[in-house]
Amino acid sequence: MKKKTDKTEKASRTGPEIDKHSGVETTGHEWDGLKELNNPAPRWWLWIFLLTVIWSIWYWVMYPSWPTLSGHTEGLYGWTQHKQLKEQQAEILQRQQAYLEAFRAMPLDGIAEHEELYRFALAGGASAFKDNCAACHGIDAAGMSHYPNLNDDAWIWGGSLEDIYESIKYGIRSEHNETRYSEMPAFGADGILNRQEILDVTDYVLSLSGLAAENLRGAEIYREQCASCHGMDGRGDRSVGAPDLADAIWLYGSSRDAVYSVIYHSRNGVMPHWDGILSEDRIRQLTLYVHSLGGGE
Amino acid sequence: MLDKHGKIERNSFLLLFLTVIVVSIGGLVEIVPLFRVETTIEKVEGMRPYTPLELAGKSIYIREGCYTCHSQQIRPLRDEVERYGHYSIAAESMYDHPFQWGSKRTGPDLARIGGKYSDDWHVAHMIDPRSVVPESIMPAYAFLARRGARLHDIDRHMRALQRIGVPYTDEMIENAYWDAMTQASNDPYEADALRSRYGDNVNIRDFDGNPNKTTELDALIAYMQVLGTLVDFKTYQEAQ
Ligand code: HEC
Ligand code: HEC
Ligand code: HEC
Repeated sequence: MKKKTDKTEKASRTGPEIDKHSGVETTGHEWDGLKELNNPAPRWWLWIFLLTVIWSIWYWVMYPSWPTLSGHTEGLYGWTQHKQLKEQQAEILQRQQAYLEAFRAMPLDGIAEHEELYRFALAGGASAFKDNCAACHGIDAAGMSHYPNLNDDAWIWGGSLEDIYESIKYGIRSEHNETRYSEMPAFGADGILNRQEILDVTDYVLSLSGLAAENLRGAEIYREQCASCHGMDGRGDRSVGAPDLADAIWLYGSSRDAVYSVIYHSRNGVMPHWDGILSEDRIRQLTLYVHSLGGGE
Repeated sequence: MLDKHGKIERNSFLLLFLTVIVVSIGGLVEIVPLFRVETTIEKVEGMRPYTPLELAGKSIYIREGCYTCHSQQIRPLRDEVERYGHYSIAAESMYDHPFQWGSKRTGPDLARIGGKYSDDWHVAHMIDPRSVVPESIMPAYAFLARRGARLHDIDRHMRALQRIGVPYTDEMIENAYWDAMTQASNDPYEADALRSRYGDNVNIRDFDGNPNKTTELDALIAYMQVLGTLVDFKTYQEAQ
């Protein structure tokens, strides 16, 4: 360490040392006999460096850059990310305007007759479905346990355009004030029926679709407790969202255990509302899309 | 002037001194504006601090490293706004310590997940993500449904946040434990008191479908369901 300082001092006293081999000055640094040549930085490098300095000054002037005590410098372009977003949104809106005006003006049941408008609606609905609905109803809308299939013509609340629109906009047992609402009692948990009675009525329910033998005691209980919602024939009642128990489609499963459990605990599935989350246009597009899937009425 | 660098490089104290000066210019430019943070936080209606249960949920979110796969910041880009809703604004995370913005998105952004799905869905999804999203690669967190939420010292967590500027009142802190129990209950005893402290929009219900216990899953879902729902964007947009 000491030695090196001595050498450096010597170098600065006697002027730069010239490397004999290349004829270039050395920096005067030496490590175990190795010396460093003092070549200048390449020209192209220097130019690029200077250009970036100039560019950064242009950037400071044109774009928001320096923080100040009350915010930041705005830049001559007045650019902000939020403005850029608004412009891009306006541009898309502009492109959609040709359809949107007609789309908004037309009642839902008239749109299918206008080929272009209908295509516009279905495209918007299909992409919004993937983002917002697929996690519950499945990517192909085929549903899964607890979440209904939207492709078939078995509807819990109804498959007309208005019905679908209402289900989507206000939700089912959602937080919305105008939500669709109904509640099946928890016959076991709330002590309305005992275990044997629930077993009987379970068998009766299964017998409606031929999955179990007829159960007379169950039929009696069904008439008293269940028919008011699910109907005498078990065909369900859309006005209270009571599903058809006589078909082969089950929201919560068709095994004896599954049906027993629904009657014991009740389920009351929740579908979130989309009013205020998705725009009115989107909700209408989704309505047409769901309606088009095969089960629309 | 330009060839003085040799002198600076040879004098370590001078070099140190000048380095400190240069670095502090950069530091000051970045730090000073933060002392005037009111210039970046929008004035909005609806923001409130998390309820004790939501706060417990946020701690679980951090503990489990959900932020390693999920961001909580919708950027002002057209496709993001299209997918997730209004872009996030600074005011929405002003009570988050630490904030959960992030930039790693293995899963979707969660800044506006509140209200998008039902509690039932969240329960099924946390217990086994594949049961509702067959192609999901998110890990299962079934144990959250069994573990009791850590509420015995939630008041101290709130006290710490109060000291760094989150507007918890002493009344909120004193009632923290019971507020949390109330919020996770289907037939709450003290719902009005909870609402009077945190507003009428507080979600009060048994989030995890197990009324016998206030679990970590209750807390986490309460947190999920409030994310991005507080600010009233109708009034915000009008003010813009
Ligand atoms: C959190 C899960 C969830 C999400 C997300 C969801 N749904 Fe649903 N949806 C349900 C459940 C559960 C039902 C059945 C409700 C019931 O049991 O009555 C339902 C029912 C429906 C119905 C009524 C079906 C019938 O048979 O009457 C329609 C239509 C519907 N959903 C459309 C949508 C659309 C469109 C979206 C996306 C914007 C969506 N859903 C998002 C859970 C969800
Ligand atoms: C107040 C109306 C009401 C009454 C009374 C009622 N239910 Fe229900 N039931 C419903 C509703 C609504 C649903 C749908 C729940 C859902 O969508 O989550 C349902 C669903 C069911 C299901 C599940 C169907 C499926 O697809 O998985 C079964 C089984 C059932 N009820 C049986 C019964 C039986 C048996 C009784 C009588 C002991 C009964 N219900 C009484 C309203 C009622
Ligand atoms: C290994 C990465 C990973 C981790 C860690 C992770 N997630 Fe996820 N998450 C995902 C992926 C991928 C998806 C999309 C597929 C799905 O819905 O399961 C997702 C989806 C979600 C969704 C649904 C979002 C939407 O808009 O559909 C929620 C809510 C969620 N995660 C919450 C959490 C919570 C809470 C934690 C921590 C306890 C967590 N995640 C941890 C990867 C992860």
